[in-house]
Amino acid sequence: MIKLKKKTPLIDQHDKFGFYGNKFGGNYCAETMRKPIEDLSKLFEKLRKDRKFLKKRDHYFKHYLGGETPFFKLKNLTKHLGGAQIWCKDVSAINGDAHKAYHATVNALICKESGKRYIAGDTGAGMFGKNLAMAAKKMNLKCKIFMGTKDISRQAPNVKFMRDAGAEVVPVDSGSKTLVDAVSECMRHYVSNCDNTHLAVGSAIGCNIFLKICAWSTSQISRELKKQLIKEFGEIPKLKLINVIGGGSSALGFWNEFIDYDKRHVELIGVEAKYAAPLSTNAKVAILHGAAQYCLTDREGQIAETHSLSAGLDYPGSSPLHGLLKDSGRARYTNASDKEALAAFKLITKLEDIRPSLEPAHAWNECIRLAPKLKKSDVLVVNNCGKGYKDKKIYIEQLGYYPK
Amino acid sequence: MKNSINNAFKIAKKENRPALISYTVCGDNTKEKSLQILNSISKDLDIAEWGIPHNCPTADGKDIQNSSYRALQNGIQLNDIFKLVKRFKKTKPSKPIILMGYYQMIFNYGEKKFIQKCKVSGVNGLIVVDLSFPDNKNFAKLCKKNSICFVQLIAPTTTVKRMKEIIKSSHEMIYMISTISTTGSALKYSIRKIINNYNIIKRIKPSKNVVIGFGITEKTISNLRSADGLVVGSAICREITRSLKYRQNPVKNVSKLVRKLKNRII
Repeated sequence: MIKLKKKTPLIDQHDKFGFYGNKFGGNYCAETMRKPIEDLSKLFEKLRKDRKFLKKRDHYFKHYLGGETPFFKLKNLTKHLGGAQIWCKDVSAINGDAHKAYHATVNALICKESGKRYIAGDTGAGMFGKNLAMAAKKMNLKCKIFMGTKDISRQAPNVKFMRDAGAEVVPVDSGSKTLVDAVSECMRHYVSNCDNTHLAVGSAIGCNIFLKICAWSTSQISRELKKQLIKEFGEIPKLKLINVIGGGSSALGFWNEFIDYDKRHVELIGVEAKYAAPLSTNAKVAILHGAAQYCLTDREGQIAETHSLSAGLDYPGSSPLHGLLKDSGRARYTNASDKEALAAFKLITKLEDIRPSLEPAHAWNECIRLAPKLKKSDVLVVNNCGKGYKDKKIYIEQLGYYPK
Repeated sequence: MKNSINNAFKIAKKENRPALISYTVCGDNTKEKSLQILNSISKDLDIAEWGIPHNCPTADGKDIQNSSYRALQNGIQLNDIFKLVKRFKKTKPSKPIILMGYYQMIFNYGEKKFIQKCKVSGVNGLIVVDLSFPDNKNFAKLCKKNSICFVQLIAPTTTVKRMKEIIKSSHEMIYMISTISTTGSALKYSIRKIINNYNIIKRIKPSKNVVIGFGITEKTISNLRSADGLVVGSAICREITRSLKYRQNPVKNVSKLVRKLKNRII
């Protein structure tokens, strides 16, 4: 079993080749990309220690993204389920409607520092694309978003947003026409334009530097949560932190500050979509988009197609950092079906005022499943990482209504 | 057989021309057809590259993506590729063949098993697009041990310091990527700049065979004829796509194209 290093940030637990636990990650990329990603790594290592840059980041997080996102108890749901206390870290309240706002903003800031004028990113559910388009506009960068044609049609509100913000949305019509193909096409664009373009990878995937930037940016969520927990409970209570997993960017941000805690104290639970679930269905390690990771493949090693109602989860791979957390036993992974996620949405929105998107609805399902089995002293916190409006059409199609 | 790649360059040099290297995807559009194509064009080739199709080819442009897609649609698997290589080598034992692919396919098959299979089927060299230096050191060693040439790549973005290290660990052939791009896009740089980059590599180690690839077509090939070797890939794949679209025989059309390419460099 892999052992995690204490007091070392999760993103820094790699060797000089970019491997976590000798097994996950690495830099499986074309020679053309080597120099640009090395330059980016150097820049990032410098910036993360640079007080002026950190001040700028905090300024943007506070004034542009709206500052701390709320943390509150779901009293009705807790009462209804009659077990653990259920709390919500409502990251969807951020300006930008999802955790993707953090690393979209950081990527735009880094792009600015690098002197590059173009920024390119991939998106599935459109949350990263929309936030990157917004950040690019704010910072006067030219932005290209790569998105599968299937996702363009099922996440239309976000596409409109991107275009209105002045970004070029590049439709990707190859393969399954979803996130996996969008990431591939975006990487091709980067290989061809790495001299003037910054690549903003939308999740904690890709070559070492890309997943580091992503997880470093989203970790703002757990920094806030830690403070909020202490304010509410006077200490870090016995916790379960439940988060949905697509590529894994929101979970890494939600868990980052709690990695060093014993798992009996702070348990980390990741929830995948049932038919896109490499971590919870014992998939093999495979190389996808520049990194070794748990990934769904066929016997020949070809990347498998996935199926999820949720565009953000419709991805065959997973972050190398989640491979590390799984193999070290620090986090555990489970999954929820489309139907279960929809049922969770139905119950949550009946009892509470939050409107989760399809992605966090998967995490809510696990919360609903677990809560009745636990004691009142147990605290469940769910990262409500995305707003539901983008899935309004799908909810109406599936449930017949969208709550007010 | 050990030096058949070196030999191919020697022959070309004697004829005062660059070695002509083709790239086609094994199994495009069917297993048999791809072997027929290779057999037919091999008389004009010095070295043949055969692509191992992968469904997530992040460094390939549209043409090679299309070829890979067709090959996979028709069910090609790695074991078929080894069988086809064996059949090719049976009739053309002295023609070097290089397999080119993504590391995932090798990783999934198992490195050792993969190289062993290459050896017994008669593969002379390997290009692994996304296994770059220094991560490829161990794999390259394993290749050498089995008399397989591991082809290192050098890109326009590669620094001179890194270039020196790559060349030091390279085998008999080095692949220079002409331009910052995926396979098959137009050349972004002037011919002069490409030749200049090529000369930097050659000056570091004149004895290495350096081939130039990416963006080489009928139009550009003669301008680069001072190189040790030239790789044409996407232009051939495009011709296969075109032939299939117009229901023409790809074997005949591709052979014609390769003959034309050859004529431009002799």
